[in-house]
Amino acid sequence: MQRSDRLSIYLYEFAWILPSIAIPVAMIVAIALSSFAMGINVQADYGRIDPTRVNETPPFDRPGLRQVGPNRYEAVIVAEIWRWIAATPDDKSRRVELTVPRGSEVTFIVTSRDVLHGLKIQNTAINMMIIPGQIARATAKFDIPGEYLFVCHEYCGTGHHFMYGVLRVE
Amino acid sequence: MTTERVHRYPAEGRLAAAYFIVALTALAVGGLMGTFQALNYAGIDEILGFNFYSDVPFIYSYYQALTLHGVLLVLIWTTFFICGFLLYVAVHSLGTPLPSLRFAWATFGLMLFGLLLAAVPILTNDATVLFTFYPPMKASPLYYFGLTLVVVATWGVLASLVQTYLVWRRQHPGVRTPLAAFMALVTMTMWTISTAGIAAQMIFLMIPWSLGVVQGTDPLLARTLFWFTGHPIVYFWLLPAYLSWYTMVPKQAGGRLFSDPMARVSFLLFLLLSIPVGLHHQYADPGIQHAMKFLHAVFTFGVFFPSLLTFFNVVASLENAGRARGGTGWLSWIVKLPWGNASVTAQLLAMILFAFGGISGLVNASYNVNNVVHNTAWVVGHFHLTVGTAVTLTFMGVLYWLVPYLSGKRLFSNRIALIQAWMWFIGMAIFSNALHRLGLLGMPRRSMIGDAPYLALQPEWQNILPFIGVGGVLMTISGLLFFAVLILTLTASKAPANVEFPRAEAVSGPEDAPAILDRWRPWIVGALVLIAIAYVPPLVAQLATLSLTSPGFRPW
Repeated sequence: MQRSDRLSIYLYEFAWILPSIAIPVAMIVAIALSSFAMGINVQADYGRIDPTRVNETPPFDRPGLRQVGPNRYEAVIVAEIWRWIAATPDDKSRRVELTVPRGSEVTFIVTSRDVLHGLKIQNTAINMMIIPGQIARATAKFDIPGEYLFVCHEYCGTGHHFMYGVLRVE
Repeated sequence: MTTERVHRYPAEGRLAAAYFIVALTALAVGGLMGTFQALNYAGIDEILGFNFYSDVPFIYSYYQALTLHGVLLVLIWTTFFICGFLLYVAVHSLGTPLPSLRFAWATFGLMLFGLLLAAVPILTNDATVLFTFYPPMKASPLYYFGLTLVVVATWGVLASLVQTYLVWRRQHPGVRTPLAAFMALVTMTMWTISTAGIAAQMIFLMIPWSLGVVQGTDPLLARTLFWFTGHPIVYFWLLPAYLSWYTMVPKQAGGRLFSDPMARVSFLLFLLLSIPVGLHHQYADPGIQHAMKFLHAVFTFGVFFPSLLTFFNVVASLENAGRARGGTGWLSWIVKLPWGNASVTAQLLAMILFAFGGISGLVNASYNVNNVVHNTAWVVGHFHLTVGTAVTLTFMGVLYWLVPYLSGKRLFSNRIALIQAWMWFIGMAIFSNALHRLGLLGMPRRSMIGDAPYLALQPEWQNILPFIGVGGVLMTISGLLFFAVLILTLTASKAPANVEFPRAEAVSGPEDAPAILDRWRPWIVGALVLIAIAYVPPLVAQLATLSLTSPGFRPW
């Protein structure tokens, strides 16, 4: 190969290597800013729980929605094969409904009594794996009235697709 | 000339053919399951009045069929094809036969035995746990034994490759490893290191627990070990497709590879960066600190670097081919590529859809942005573009020259093969576009959507779901054409094959590569160091709080 050809190949390679590095670096900086500067974050370590003793362990001994301050709520939810329990455990209805006024800030605290489940609340940034032995938690503010569907999104057996609930914002 | 090439490595050819037969059987059965899932999404099974899940023998439920679909396509079709393909390519590329055919066949036999062990509980509905088998869902021990054997036996493929390489190296001191063999070695090395995760999960957690030796398990630790292997597996699928795009397609298209050294750099970066990224599947998991998840996000974006190098190099090689065929201008060389050659066209179409799959993958990898799409249909759309198209359509394209090459019989119909590739492309474009949109609308994955009660609340989903049926039917027809062409090639084709083993020359060849690019130790050590940085802290934290408290469940 001619010297000049070799040089031009080096230049082509170099011209592509620079953006190939710059593009991912710029993306990761943008993500870091959105996450750590703007506070849009993911699940972290919130402690363990014995999955065989969920019913006796606070706050999961009393699942349900509680007001904890002005416009602030806490939704304690237990996932089990194949329903969300968001009220007293003797309530056997499969479809759960929670209702909060608009402008509410709701913190969801969730665990599983059996297998893996997944909780995503539609049109919010809340999306979490519900893993037995682990506590998941996330907060969202609900300014727009309407019905927010939440379904189980991790395969949990043959009734998986029946597992859902609705958060109503009035 | 042709016959001489065909019979150059007949023994290795028979071994590769054995791998391909298992792979293609898995593709056929797994693909059929996919058809019925697409019909369920579209609500067509109800209209037809045919209940697939009670009217077909060995099929018990949607989720059992989904398990078959997942295991057969992501594990068996890919792994068996890749093992056969890499062994055969390495032998050809090095010009050195396998030193021990007996060992190579034993490896194949062990993999097949593992597959049969796992198949029994799946078919009897005793392992309806999907291919991810997240505990504490508990399948029959046979399932775990079988899959472990399939995975661990693949280490034998690396051993065969290394044996062959060492023989070649002794005969060729100081010569750069031929690119295709180099890529095969890098791929199997990366895969062998990464499978330590799943092997540890099986041996220390799943097998003792499924046998009842320990009563409980730790689902989070099991997930972490699973995804240690579970993300590198996507590069294990992809790198053999890249091998074809780099070292074969430029030749088939009538051109040269642009840069051999840059191709080596990208593969070595894949070796370094493929493994310390698994936590990006666990962004939504509680029990893992932000810092470790973010570190894995950084490494995952690191993998974007060799991906972009590959993009440049492959497109530059295609441009070289297009111009060699008389193409001019900025873009019109594209028209000059051999679009009439089914093997090339299938792979070009695979590359086009892969670009979109890469972009949707960036969304998944983007730490908190993943919240929008985690475990939604978006993810399904993503990996149907990557493994379902970039990889599968490329392998189909490879088989369009490799089956004639191995059998000595001309491809039955290049025209039908062309129609097949385009139908897969169009069907998958419709199908994956619908899934991406449904994911953005919050539709979950891994659900029997056609029967879900909440579907009635979602008119927007209902408007898009029929496209899944349309795409699925197109791909089913495409799949039938694919098998028809292969079977007719073997049975009805009378004309001798006029195919040579494609081997692309490079514009900038291996002699331009620095010697460090042909050494193994620094790169393997580098990979292990990065893995330690990425995985020691989270694994230590999880082992410190290890609680084997979850009993097993069988909710199916």
